[in-house]
Amino acid sequence: MTIYRDLRVAFFIALRDIVRGNRWASALTILLITLTFVNLVVVGGVLVGLIESSSLSNRVRYSSDVILSPLADKSYIEQSPSIIAAIDAMADVAQYSPRYAEPGKLTAGYKTTMDPKAIPDHANMVVTGLDPVREERLTGIGTKIVEGRFLKPGEFGAIVVGANLLRKYLPIDSPGIQTLDVKGVGEKVLLTVGGSKKELTIVGVLKSKVGELDQRAFMNAAELRPLIGRNDLNVDEIAVQARNEEAIPRIIATLTARGIGKFARIQRWDEAQPKFIQDIKDTFALLGNIIGSVGVVASSITIFIIVFVNAIVRRKQIGILKAIGVNSNAIELAYVVQSLFYATVGIGLGLAISFLAIKPYVDAHPINLPFSDGIIATTWQGTLARLLALLAATLLAGYIPAKLVVRKNTIDAILGR
Amino acid sequence: MTLIRAENLTKKYDDGDTVVVALDRATLSLNSGEFIAVTGRSGSGKSTLFHQLGLIDTPTSGALAVLGTNVLSLTEKQKTAFRLKNIGYIFQDYALIPTLTAIENVALPLLMAGMPKAVAYAQARKTLDSVGLAGRAKHLPSQLSGGQQQRVSIARAVSHAPALILADEPTANLDHESSLSILGIFRKLTERGITVVMITHENEYAKMTDRVITLFDGTIESDTGK
Repeated sequence: MTIYRDLRVAFFIALRDIVRGNRWASALTILLITLTFVNLVVVGGVLVGLIESSSLSNRVRYSSDVILSPLADKSYIEQSPSIIAAIDAMADVAQYSPRYAEPGKLTAGYKTTMDPKAIPDHANMVVTGLDPVREERLTGIGTKIVEGRFLKPGEFGAIVVGANLLRKYLPIDSPGIQTLDVKGVGEKVLLTVGGSKKELTIVGVLKSKVGELDQRAFMNAAELRPLIGRNDLNVDEIAVQARNEEAIPRIIATLTARGIGKFARIQRWDEAQPKFIQDIKDTFALLGNIIGSVGVVASSITIFIIVFVNAIVRRKQIGILKAIGVNSNAIELAYVVQSLFYATVGIGLGLAISFLAIKPYVDAHPINLPFSDGIIATTWQGTLARLLALLAATLLAGYIPAKLVVRKNTIDAILGR
Repeated sequence: MTLIRAENLTKKYDDGDTVVVALDRATLSLNSGEFIAVTGRSGSGKSTLFHQLGLIDTPTSGALAVLGTNVLSLTEKQKTAFRLKNIGYIFQDYALIPTLTAIENVALPLLMAGMPKAVAYAQARKTLDSVGLAGRAKHLPSQLSGGQQQRVSIARAVSHAPALILADEPTANLDHESSLSILGIFRKLTERGITVVMITHENEYAKMTDRVITLFDGTIESDTGK
């Protein structure tokens, strides 16, 4: 009953103070909380989003939902035709793309060098043979061509190279990283793979920001197959897209049940990604939380100062309230109610700005970063945790100064001592 | 009926190396329905006595009973509750809460006493009417004149029907006409059995009360009630 009465009086005083008090101070406090919340959500979200986006691109452009690869002691997927037939018959499968992938070497400038002893310009890579139509339907990598075009069905003598194989896109002079110093589209390169050599023309350059793809070269499967002697039609990768998220475990279960695990490694998209991706994601999330926490502390101190100055300036008023019989709990609660109001409005605005403006905008226009298209990665649990942290910090920042001023002797407060 | 009984009430302050005796062994008793003026020069101890009687300061020594309660044994929270129930304060500078309207200022002690809002507002309106301010109920203090603010302050002090009203120079900032109006209100309160203790510098106004207590250097120099 007493707490109800104190709360009622606290709301009575606080709400009128908010409505009729210093609006600039209120607006400034709310703005501060709004910016702190946006900082908490966006900075953390962008840091995690850098890796999340990279991980997502890897899924969309390369592995799809499920990827089959050779067993550790095999160089290709045995029984590929029957496995492909099984995948093709599965109702849960939306698309799939079998690929050949063989280590090889691209050489450029071999026709123009005058020095027979000179080491020709070359780059080691993985050459991938695929069906351009099927691949385009599955991963849409054709949309990531930055120069020239993607492969045409049945096109021979053409190759698409990943941007990281060309010096003009990856200007790094470092041991172990080889790039070709060529102009790009229209240049002739010599492909060496499986003991065979073939001269091909670069028809396009792919820049997908997926490391796995940008260090590969792509050609029609029908042209690569005889070069690597894969006349048995056994492939090296099969990327499978499920009709929906729930279908993924069903596809894996069906493939496993049919004994396909004896011929291929079956992995969900996230299992196929290196563990360090998750480690980096966790590290960036921690970094985002640290930066956000600094923001919360700075904001709390500022709110503390605002409330403290406000309470100090009004200590005579606080003394008068005590003199006319308003108890200290009700006065302290009035400050907490005000802080709660500022926190609620500030966080509400922060939520609106973050999720109705910044996130949709960044989703539609990802931040163009060298290794990924930056997005803002958020989860409702993470947002709720940040919301509660800021709310608690704000309430504390409102309560402590009020408590410090209210506990002063009534006569000292009235006389401003 | 004795409302307040103070015996040897003393208040000392440390002022660096010296000890200032602001109130020196003041002994008095105040009865219900009395209209009392406390006078004296600046520094004579009027405000110190006022603060002790109103339980917003604690004497260094002595005894003080209000309505038979040994108020010096109460905790701060108990003193606040005691003030809410039994004492009404009127300050020289009105001391209204600037963000509350006249009626809200008057209703605040009633809400604190646990009264439902509608009842508190009805009583506050009635009290404002009794000081001639019913038409100004929704005005903020900044929209009222000094005399009107002081009447709101009186309405706030009497709204919860306390037994004791303590008024600290309530006419100091008012013109003669407004001052007389305020004194008239106090007189009516005493007729209802409420004790009014008023600090004043004005002999003219002191003479209009029932009893004048004069302080000099912290001691009670004269008390017309004795």
